[in-house]
Amino acid sequence: MADSTGGDGHDPSRRDFLYVAAGGLGVVGVAGAVWPMIDQMNPSQDVLALSSIEVDLSGIEEGQSITVSWRGKPVFIRHRTAAEISEAADVSMADLPDPESDAARAEKPEWLILVGVCTHLGCVPLGQQGEYNGWFCPCHGSHYDTSGRIRKGPAPLNLPVPDYVYLDDNNIKIG
Amino acid sequence: MSGHSSFESNNAIVKWIEYRLPIFSFIHSSAVVYPTPKNLNYWWNMGSLAGVMLVLQIVTGIILAMHYTPHADLAFASTEHIMRDVNYGWLLRYMHANGGSMFFIVVYIHILRGMYYGSYKAPREILWWMGIIIFILMMATAFMGYVLPWGQMSFWGATVITSLFSAVPIVGDSIVTFLWGGYSVDQPTLNRFYSLHYLMPFVIFGVVFVHLWALHHHGSNNPLGIDRKGPQDSIPFHPYYTVKDLYGMGVFGTIFAVVLFFAPNYMGHPDNYIPANPLVTPAHIVPEWYFLPFYAILRAIPDKLFGVVAMFGSLLILFVLPWLDTSKVRSARFRPVYKMLFWAFFIDCLVLGYIGGKPPEGIFIVAGRLATALYFLFFLVLPFIGWFERPKKLPDSISTAVLDSGGGGAPDGAAAKAEDRG
Ligand code: HEM
Ligand code: FES
Repeated sequence: MADSTGGDGHDPSRRDFLYVAAGGLGVVGVAGAVWPMIDQMNPSQDVLALSSIEVDLSGIEEGQSITVSWRGKPVFIRHRTAAEISEAADVSMADLPDPESDAARAEKPEWLILVGVCTHLGCVPLGQQGEYNGWFCPCHGSHYDTSGRIRKGPAPLNLPVPDYVYLDDNNIKIG
Repeated sequence: MSGHSSFESNNAIVKWIEYRLPIFSFIHSSAVVYPTPKNLNYWWNMGSLAGVMLVLQIVTGIILAMHYTPHADLAFASTEHIMRDVNYGWLLRYMHANGGSMFFIVVYIHILRGMYYGSYKAPREILWWMGIIIFILMMATAFMGYVLPWGQMSFWGATVITSLFSAVPIVGDSIVTFLWGGYSVDQPTLNRFYSLHYLMPFVIFGVVFVHLWALHHHGSNNPLGIDRKGPQDSIPFHPYYTVKDLYGMGVFGTIFAVVLFFAPNYMGHPDNYIPANPLVTPAHIVPEWYFLPFYAILRAIPDKLFGVVAMFGSLLILFVLPWLDTSKVRSARFRPVYKMLFWAFFIDCLVLGYIGGKPPEGIFIVAGRLATALYFLFFLVLPFIGWFERPKKLPDSISTAVLDSGGGGAPDGAAAKAEDRG
């Protein structure tokens, strides 16, 4: 069909070049126009601005936990008891499906900070329950230990530890 | 005129599908080999542009809807959220708001093209009707869309336009309360307008389909307004008009981009960046520019009911245009009197638009009444023109006319140039 506009006198390579050049430019133009329509679904500026929170730890007694909301997800902050800390530290790496030492997960051993989202399919586990006295996810039965590490059940990974820093002895910033 | 299809393929998958759903031959017969008058000029580009604009409005609209909140307390803030926070939100909202305006420009040219070349005449009356229905639906859609950002113009525009219905005798006030879902424009009004604003473009899409169905049955009219007499008067749609349409889109897209990036608020009203306040009306309220001629007609008549009747009448009268025009000749090129009348009508519409944007005081009142009278006068004298006007001699066929005009080997370009003069 395309040939019908030109006579045989035209150099075919010149015509091919025009086709490819016009088509190529068209593709670049369309891609440039489509990108904003895709990128608009990424987090907007106001969402990004709320991506970190500060928490005051001073009111949390030993053996207590609080749950705070960070990026729309629950974050568990647990003031662990000495028994829980030693339980978490004494586990042999060979017993862990996702081996990680307790020291690597808690900068100060008495404070354990976890994203409370089960690594199986996203339910929120219940605290101080299950066979390892850590967290238990009721959705499909995943058991986490006192360091929030997966021990039994369908979840593949430990409960993640979010990025956080100690602003001073009693305040942390998550995110 | 989609006619028979000469579609053939050796591809096994294509053949398998084609046997069950003849979609390939449908596309082939309606957009590839589809026979099209060989003399269409650039005014025939507007249809494909309008289609592109409808799709663009739907796409950008669906995106805006992902970030917009239809609530009286949140709508304004969510629109500003789109402008400031959402990635490229400013671009997408400006595309949608200016896209509405560009859509109307294209459709207005499209309608005027039809009037100039007599495209509404037999056998294209239903095609013409579908076009007017699309136009009215577009106005309703744009009106409700303009309410959504919930600025001062949104709110007071909604109040004034819905109050038009209070002019209806006896039940007027009940209709308005029904439209509002309350005793003033408020949350229920905003919420239903949002729902309907989302729905209507898809209704328009359906009517566009019928519009094209009717179009393809008899094929396009052309600048000469005479029927095609044989294959020598047609060329296949592809590649000739696909390329011409694409070229038009490039030119149009450039103009659109200039507006979008350099004057995105030129066609808007600054008061709509003030949040809606039900207790204070802005000093001077005007609708969006594309409603101004009709707004001028509304205000020209010093009676509430008749003002509203005249305004809707000025639109609805287009439905009977095919019968008001008694001439058998389609194109204004061969109708010296109609041609003058057409341009007078066109200028009158511009004048009405200008007056619609001015405050109703002094000279503008007189001028508005005069221009309104002329608007309707056009339709009144039209039947008589057809009786006494002596049309110029029509060419024997498209082919002979095109070749006579001296274009030589480039019939298409020659026709377009002739039109520039006409
Ligand atoms: C015939 C096609 C359409 C026309 C003529 C149209 C027109 C308009 C106009 C004039 C505005 C106000 C612009 C402003 O000043 O902010 C608007 C706003 C809006 N429209 Fe549409 N629209 C169309 C299709 C759609 C569709 C299909 C959707 C959704 C699927 C949509 C969703 C919205 C939303 C969410 C707003 C409010 C946000 C804003 O004001 O920018 N529109 N529309
Ligand atoms: S989501 Fe927690 S076990 Fe499945």
